[in-house]
Amino acid sequence: MSFKLITLVVIVLGALAVAQLVRLYEHSSKLRNRREEDIPNRDNKLNANMMLGFMILLFGGFIWLMLKYGYTGRGVAASEHGVTTDWLLNINFILIVTVFFLTNFLLYFFAFKYVRKPGVKAYYYPHNNKLELIWTVVPAIVLAFIIILGLKTWNEVTDEAKKEAVRVELFSEQFKWTARYAGKDNKLGYFDYKLTTDKNQLALLTTATLDSAIRLMEIGSHDGSIMGIKLLEEKLNDPKNIFIPKDRVKMETDLDRKTRLLRLLYQMRSRHNSKVDAYAYDDVIETDTLHLVKNQDYEFNFRAKDVIHSAYFPHFRVQVNTVPGLTTRFKFKPTISTKEMREKMNNPNFNYVIMCNKICGGAHYKMKMIVVVDTPAQYKAWMASKKTFKETFLTVAEASPADAPAATDTLVAVK
Amino acid sequence: MAAVAQHGHHDAHAHDHHEEGFVSKYIFSEDHKMIGKQYLITAIFMGIVAMLLSILFRIQLAWPGESSDFLSMFLGETWAPGGVLKENMYLGLVTIHGTIMVFFLLTGGLSGTFSNLLIPLQIGARDMASGFLNMLSYWMFFLSSIIMLSSLFIETGPAMAGWTIYPPLSALPQAVEGSGLGMTLWLVSMTIFIASSLIGSLNYIVTVLNLRTKGMKMTRMPLTVWAFLVTAVLGVLSFPVLLSAALLLMMDRLAGTSFYLSDIIVNGEMLENHGGSPLLYQHLFWFLGHPEVYIVLLPALGLSSEIISTNSRKPIFGYRAMIGSILAIGFLSFIVWGHHMFVTGMNPFLGSVFVFTTLLIAIPSAVKVFNYLTTLWRGSLTFTPAMLFAVGLVSTFITGGVTGIILADSALDIAVHDTYFVVAHFHVVMGMSAVFGMFAGVYHWFPKMYGRMLNTRLGYAHFWVTLVGAYGVFFPMHFVGLAGAPRRYYDNSVYNEFDSVAGDMILDLNVIITIFAIIASIGQLIFLFNFFYSIFRGPVAVQNPWKSNTLEWTTPVEHVHGNWPGELPTVHRWPYDYSKPGAAEDFIPQTVPLADGEEEH
Repeated sequence: MSFKLITLVVIVLGALAVAQLVRLYEHSSKLRNRREEDIPNRDNKLNANMMLGFMILLFGGFIWLMLKYGYTGRGVAASEHGVTTDWLLNINFILIVTVFFLTNFLLYFFAFKYVRKPGVKAYYYPHNNKLELIWTVVPAIVLAFIIILGLKTWNEVTDEAKKEAVRVELFSEQFKWTARYAGKDNKLGYFDYKLTTDKNQLALLTTATLDSAIRLMEIGSHDGSIMGIKLLEEKLNDPKNIFIPKDRVKMETDLDRKTRLLRLLYQMRSRHNSKVDAYAYDDVIETDTLHLVKNQDYEFNFRAKDVIHSAYFPHFRVQVNTVPGLTTRFKFKPTISTKEMREKMNNPNFNYVIMCNKICGGAHYKMKMIVVVDTPAQYKAWMASKKTFKETFLTVAEASPADAPAATDTLVAVK
Repeated sequence: MAAVAQHGHHDAHAHDHHEEGFVSKYIFSEDHKMIGKQYLITAIFMGIVAMLLSILFRIQLAWPGESSDFLSMFLGETWAPGGVLKENMYLGLVTIHGTIMVFFLLTGGLSGTFSNLLIPLQIGARDMASGFLNMLSYWMFFLSSIIMLSSLFIETGPAMAGWTIYPPLSALPQAVEGSGLGMTLWLVSMTIFIASSLIGSLNYIVTVLNLRTKGMKMTRMPLTVWAFLVTAVLGVLSFPVLLSAALLLMMDRLAGTSFYLSDIIVNGEMLENHGGSPLLYQHLFWFLGHPEVYIVLLPALGLSSEIISTNSRKPIFGYRAMIGSILAIGFLSFIVWGHHMFVTGMNPFLGSVFVFTTLLIAIPSAVKVFNYLTTLWRGSLTFTPAMLFAVGLVSTFITGGVTGIILADSALDIAVHDTYFVVAHFHVVMGMSAVFGMFAGVYHWFPKMYGRMLNTRLGYAHFWVTLVGAYGVFFPMHFVGLAGAPRRYYDNSVYNEFDSVAGDMILDLNVIITIFAIIASIGQLIFLFNFFYSIFRGPVAVQNPWKSNTLEWTTPVEHVHGNWPGELPTVHRWPYDYSKPGAAEDFIPQTVPLADGEEEH
């Protein structure tokens, strides 16, 4: 409250003070018979000098920022292509910083030098074809050079991955990342978003996941948190139940939607070839930390569950959006292990990271996953501790009573 | 032709001095000068709001999680409980700040104000081709402004998907609360805005093409009018595409269609939508979005061309090359939109095409810069506040332009895409340049708008505070971006979990940036005071205070309906005959016939 009052008082007093100053100024102008549009030489010269002063400030500030904050942020590129793009970035920077200094210097210097002087008339100089040609052609040549270098790098970076590159998938959702390694066969299992269940968060496609998705659609989850078609129908048809219209409409829409999705699931199952199950079963899913091996080629696939996210590995110079309904990809090869990078960055707590870099909701800024680059031996030891999708899904599914008729009873009981 | 045909009618009209009522003079006015002023004041108001929003989120960025009286004063307990900004509202503020700045201040405000004011005055027309449509255009702009502002006050908050409102985030209220009613209001507001902009643009085009006075050939038009013309053409060709993007989004939200949605599970709910593509939206959006950059920039460049030439007392260097570059920029702006989408999953080959076309734009831009520099060279510069802002514009156009070369190069964009480097780039090249152009225009044509003079000394103070403040905000921001900081992050202290050194650096810079932002916005109070004070109390202007050549300075200081009390002026020369050898004065208005043996430029 007091803050508001003080702000208000300051604003009012400030406005009054300025008003008084302006009136004073106007009276003195009137006395000296000076009009607003007649800029006195003294004012003119002052502004010209300030132009030069500002130039020094701008250039000085830039140099200070470069010295203090120039390349400290992300450290050296920790991937093979990153070294190339960083090199190209530096070339471009040298070029544009030169242009920045040169043209800004000319601008502020001209502003300073050619300020109006009594008795000196401006030089009538409407055009000069030769000059204009020069400054069309020279930028064109420089740009051609930039374009050629840039496209060459771009083609290399976006080219197909080597055959032996390890396949990894990153799955994004509000607000976390999940990694999936392709396993022994180095082939990622197929997926379809309709197969998503609690035990199959990444919607992998196997005969068993199809069955469990159909079961979920038909009879719901065993804890009753998700209602299946059967229960919905029962509830809606039970004359003893009275719903407010809004709830009823919602349940009916829900039922319709689930019925249509179920039909699609049945179609999918009728076409399903159980041979592809193996692709998914040996996949390894990791929700905590992404482990990579130094000097190993990787081919990453990216998926999104809900909205667009962006997989951004600042230290590897990798970035690509993850888009619902579309699989995107990026290949890269980490070249510096986490341990080495900690030494380079002189920060024992440093870690590689993957951040979300496309606005995706309130906790967007927290959506990240730590990345660790290991030696092959470390990686092998870590991977050995991991379970495959088959181990996690099938054992859990068998242990759960979801497929038994008893499940329906619990559902009814919970209601 | 049309201008000549209208002479008789208007002359008769201009002589009967009927008194206009308050409503028809100030509110539902069909006079282009009044409509221009209405646009300006609405845009200034919107600009203040958008600037205030930016200060609110800048406070959060510099001092994350600290309680601030300022925040709780403006946002209250709902959006800043205990003076700490809510995550969702942060996104809302960012979104509405961007939307207002780009569309309401720099499109509606800049083009709306100066196209309206200057097109008829500089080509020698009595008014716009259609005064009624012109009025309609303003009132639709006003309505859309009100709707956009109202979305700040609803329970679920304003749109929160960023000013580019990419679906699915903007399509799914389950994903973020602002995608409910807030987004609906955003879409409705923008739909009306687009209609307003289209009507306005068509009017500008028709006026420039048909209502030029006798002798006003296309190659004798001031560069301002050229810039407004090309801007209007860009608007007419690109805004309908944004409308289609918005309508499809509206249908995805309300009618259950799947233009942009596919295979989505949000908040545990499995949606049926299948086959849509979020990339389709991005293509449609940026097909407007990129020309939009030039819709914002070209008028500013046009205004500054005129101001620099007048105050250098020299013809603009390379008049035809300047027209050529405006046309080239206008054309190229339609085939570069994909550079916003290098890392969206778009086909990389398509990306390479956009690299090529985008870097081509640097050529006409470079030509413009060099022409400005040569215009200053050996001039006799008078630093009016307008001239200062115009020189500032050239500086920001260079500084922001060169970083565009990095971003246009797809291989380099990978590392800096969606970081603060991008934010810094477009704020300098588009934000600062366009705002400087707008200020330059206001200072220069204020006497024409209100018949009074602005205070010069306050103008100086305003310029220097703004220049230092704005550079102080956006220059360090490049370094935040190069450190890798993603934009639209509510709190950069998440860096402490993996790289506290980089985190500290980003936070340090953010404090510097916020302090400069506060200084720069307080500096705008000087302008506001000067502007509103001078409307009523400023010294009365003379007819041609800047000794300028263009036609608007041949009209009387007191506004008359129809602009010129007698016949329309006849044009005999181009508008840039400053300091022509052999002439007595250092300026020769366009209405002065060529002397014996004098050559046109």
